[in-house]
Amino acid sequence: MSEPTGVIHDIGYQRYTGPRLGRRHVFGALYLHGLRTAFGLGRSAKAKIFPWLVMGIVLIVAAGLTAVRTQTGQVVMTYAQFADAMSWLVIFFVAVVGPELVSRDLHSGVLPLYFSRPLPRGDYALAKLGSLATALWLLLGAPQLVMFLGAAFTTKDGLGGVWDELLDLLPGLLYAALWAVVFASVGLLIASLTGKRAFAAGGIVAVFLMTAPIVGILSIMPSRTVNELAMLGSPTALIHAVGQYTLGDLLVPGGQTEDQIGGFGPLYVAVAALLVAGCVALLLLRYRKVAAR
Amino acid sequence: MTLLATESLTKTYGGRVTALADLTVSVEPGIIGLVGANGAGKSTLIKILLGLLAPTSGRVSVLGLDPTTEPAAVRARVGYMPEHDALPPDLSAAELVTHLGRISGLPRTVARERASEALRHVGLHEERHRAVGGYSTGMKQRVKLAQALVHDPDLLLLDEPTNGLDPAGRDAMLALINRIGTEFGISVVVCSHLLGEVERICDTLVAIDGGRLLRADRISAMTTATDVLAVEVSEGTDELAARLAALDLPVSREGRLLLVPLADDATYDLIIGAVAELDLPLHRLDQRRHRVAELFATREPSHV
Repeated sequence: MSEPTGVIHDIGYQRYTGPRLGRRHVFGALYLHGLRTAFGLGRSAKAKIFPWLVMGIVLIVAAGLTAVRTQTGQVVMTYAQFADAMSWLVIFFVAVVGPELVSRDLHSGVLPLYFSRPLPRGDYALAKLGSLATALWLLLGAPQLVMFLGAAFTTKDGLGGVWDELLDLLPGLLYAALWAVVFASVGLLIASLTGKRAFAAGGIVAVFLMTAPIVGILSIMPSRTVNELAMLGSPTALIHAVGQYTLGDLLVPGGQTEDQIGGFGPLYVAVAALLVAGCVALLLLRYRKVAAR
Repeated sequence: MTLLATESLTKTYGGRVTALADLTVSVEPGIIGLVGANGAGKSTLIKILLGLLAPTSGRVSVLGLDPTTEPAAVRARVGYMPEHDALPPDLSAAELVTHLGRISGLPRTVARERASEALRHVGLHEERHRAVGGYSTGMKQRVKLAQALVHDPDLLLLDEPTNGLDPAGRDAMLALINRIGTEFGISVVVCSHLLGEVERICDTLVAIDGGRLLRADRISAMTTATDVLAVEVSEGTDELAARLAALDLPVSREGRLLLVPLADDATYDLIIGAVAELDLPLHRLDQRRHRVAELFATREPSHV
């Protein structure tokens, strides 16, 4: 005689007396959830297509560059230049993933479920911002790592050669971080304004692409000062200018840096910092309003 | 211990629209029905209790804590089920409730265990791994209830939990809420514009209208105090009324009926004695149990 197995006994409701984690852990949980969402992990197969397509493209480009370099010995692109070359993909990635992170929550009305928990409103916005920035940094950093590994394993100068590569890679990763922070803060702010993902995506693409002609117009004005300040006109150009000022010929080989931005390097750095700070402040303000609804 | 207390709580939007006006109420743990018409201020009150809105003036306490100064401490011990759609369609119920459990501060594995427990308690089993987008309204309401329950709160705030449900779904939801309040030992505040619905499961009723308190009391107190005896005689109604009034019974007329508040069993004897003395043909004598709705129906005009 055997007891029936597989019977679920209703043990009734159990009270929870274990630990409740603090603000830092909750922030971390939300941040990781956002990062997974950015790459479609834990979601439908459809949600995985776009992020991994973009990731695939940048990795293939990086592998191609590495192959060319090992075969011909020609450096087609420096690490820092890689980010600039991928700017279009970064824009589209932000336009798809940014709304995925925040517009979706606005649209489905899930925010009351978040804000009725001990999570402070600002933490929600900052965790999402961190997720998007990290996703972007990984998008630009992972291919650079591929390029580095390719170069490091084929270097003919032994350990010294690897060290030289590493010194080239680190500024490239920092430059990628600059891209990530600027694009994430601007993109997420725009996405947080609407619950419609299509509008949010359109808005993000518009802001990043439509501002490019401003730079073009300013740079052909008959004034040297205006020309040198032209790159304040769009976020993409702004990042590039900061890169030129701080990285010099790692980004623009041949030392023509002075021609484009003149002596305004520090100004560009300050404007970039202000842009990020402004966007984050507006984002926090935005979520203060949303939560009270 | 007092579960909730407000003192002269007032909330005005932009200085013009008054959502809550001088609301003072205090309730004990249990199942509390918060009833009022749409726009009576129920949702505003809930948001103030959660610390999501700051009151314009007055004081409020939830579980002995002040949500205006310690919102995080209050929210850690409260579960909230909003009125409107609040579920992202592409996540499964299990993932969503687990994630929200973590946002409430549960460790990862505990969040997963408690999420499936909470979903089981609300009656979602295998379907909890499907995307919420394909759920029926009744299932979505259950998921919303489960996410409010996942972190084992001491108080549940349910905003119109039976919204959009068919009669069978309403009954099931009310039975579930009743079970949470009694078996689980969690206090529940149920917001509803349907008095008849909440009075079935609540032990305390708080009725508000236009942001003002109409009445707050235990259901038992409301119903027993208003039991009345209805007396009908075929003739001589006026004589009987006079006789009963002479016996110090506060008699009132309603058409052909005489209504006498039931104090105790002696009231029966007094009435029957009076009828016998006057030798009137007694048509009927029965006890009328006032429904709570009638209490408010007669009370409301005085406040308007």
